Amino acid sequence: MATLQSLDIRRRSASTDTPPQVRQSPVEVAKLIDVSKCIGCKACQAACLEWNDLKQPIGYTDGTYNNPTDLTPTSWTVMRFTEYEHGDDLEWLIRKDGCMHCDDPGCLKACPAPGAIVQYTNGIVDFVSENCIGCGYCVKGCPFNIPRISQVDRKAYKCTLCSDRVSVGQAPACAKACPTQAIYFGSKEDMIGHAEHRITDLKSRGFKNAGLYNPPGVGGTHVMYVLHHADKPSLYAGLPDDPKISPLIGFWKGIIKPISLAAIAFAGVFGFLHYITKGPNEVSDSDQRKADELAEGKPK
Amino acid sequence: MSENTNVVSRYTTAARINHWITAASLILLALSGMALFHPSLFFLTNLFGGGQMTRAVHPWIGVVLAISFLGLFFRFFSLNLWTRDDTVWMKNLGKVINNDEEGLPELGKYNAGQKLVFWGQSILILLLFGSGLILWDVYFEAYTSIDQKRLAAVVHALCAIGAILIWIVHVYAAIWVKGTLRAMTRGSVTRGWSWKHHRKWFRQEVGKP
Repeated sequence: MATLQSLDIRRRSASTDTPPQVRQSPVEVAKLIDVSKCIGCKACQAACLEWNDLKQPIGYTDGTYNNPTDLTPTSWTVMRFTEYEHGDDLEWLIRKDGCMHCDDPGCLKACPAPGAIVQYTNGIVDFVSENCIGCGYCVKGCPFNIPRISQVDRKAYKCTLCSDRVSVGQAPACAKACPTQAIYFGSKEDMIGHAEHRITDLKSRGFKNAGLYNPPGVGGTHVMYVLHHADKPSLYAGLPDDPKISPLIGFWKGIIKPISLAAIAFAGVFGFLHYITKGPNEVSDSDQRKADELAEGKPK
Repeated sequence: MSENTNVVSRYTTAARINHWITAASLILLALSGMALFHPSLFFLTNLFGGGQMTRAVHPWIGVVLAISFLGLFFRFFSLNLWTRDDTVWMKNLGKVINNDEEGLPELGKYNAGQKLVFWGQSILILLLFGSGLILWDVYFEAYTSIDQKRLAAVVHALCAIGAILIWIVHVYAAIWVKGTLRAMTRGSVTRGWSWKHHRKWFRQEVGKP
């Protein structure tokens, strides 16, 4: 079951029905991750495992602080550490990676299973596991490479933005656990306002390109970053500079579908009309006679 | 085989079994594939035991089709090589569609339309098999990038629609041209049918070129 009520659904994967409209448009929420305040302690990762009752199997170290080295079906958020050298300066950039909760979610667009992915009216994009068929289309739809398919149950997993906590007025577990308050949670409007305050502060400290990461290519996101180098998001362990749903996905999930069904229907109708106007192609008696004459002239 | 001497043998039992395995797997693939292609057709997953089952079983049916079609390919490809007569036949396609085949060249075992079905399905099934492997995450997720998988998804969808359209032409031709279906159900066709549609082949079969 989804953790919010069906009244709160804005979009539902692979569904054409109009979602319920009766409620007043609610407040859109957002998580704001201030990368400049992050100390890389991984309390957010621990809190995520704890609240969501997940256990990441013991893995291996690749010689960096990235642990685990990537998002997994049980690690829905991962700190990504980057050593950024420029001139004599070294900056340690630490980004908490995870689902960005796009306003225009590529995963939801790509999903073929009705109701396996929903977007709530507050902006949270959630996977409804009971409907998930494990096809991996969400992985192809996502511009951020976030969903992971479990090898155990063939279902897709990612950050829920703690939709269960948010639905009862709580902040996500990671935000609650962060010791430096690098993770804020609130209405998207408030978060943008707070980010502006932080950006002004960072600029006064010499980070002239400080800015907010709320990429318009996916309609903005409900997880936003304050970056000291907002002009180069890809510095932060490959955060996409201008994320968009791949045009291939748009084509696959857009125009191909109706055109294909129309073509198949047309072929069927054309065949039917041909049959009732031109009639079947039958062998005439004279064909049969000529054939027999030819065959029977054959010496045994 | 039939003892009736008024018929001409067209397909061996092995060829017919090969054909019907291909046919059955192609239909199952179309149903399960369409279920995952268009949300309005998702209900078709119920035929396969639900969404997870459909997702799991579709690629395996694809493997059956690929192997089975390979059999058909090697059986029939030499009979499907293009000849000059095929070009003439294609130029007169309008007459053929109007059930007026007078003056067309005498044909071997296959006409140009059948040959196009053969080569069309050969190319599309090859592309479907290749792109299908890329999309088969259970076993092959690690071997390609997400961008390659996106392209494979589009190629797979387009080729599948192409194959379904060709399949419709193939099935309709068997309904429209009376006496054809028994070639695949019983292995033989009547002399009249052979004379009318594949006279050059008929002459070879009865030893009167």
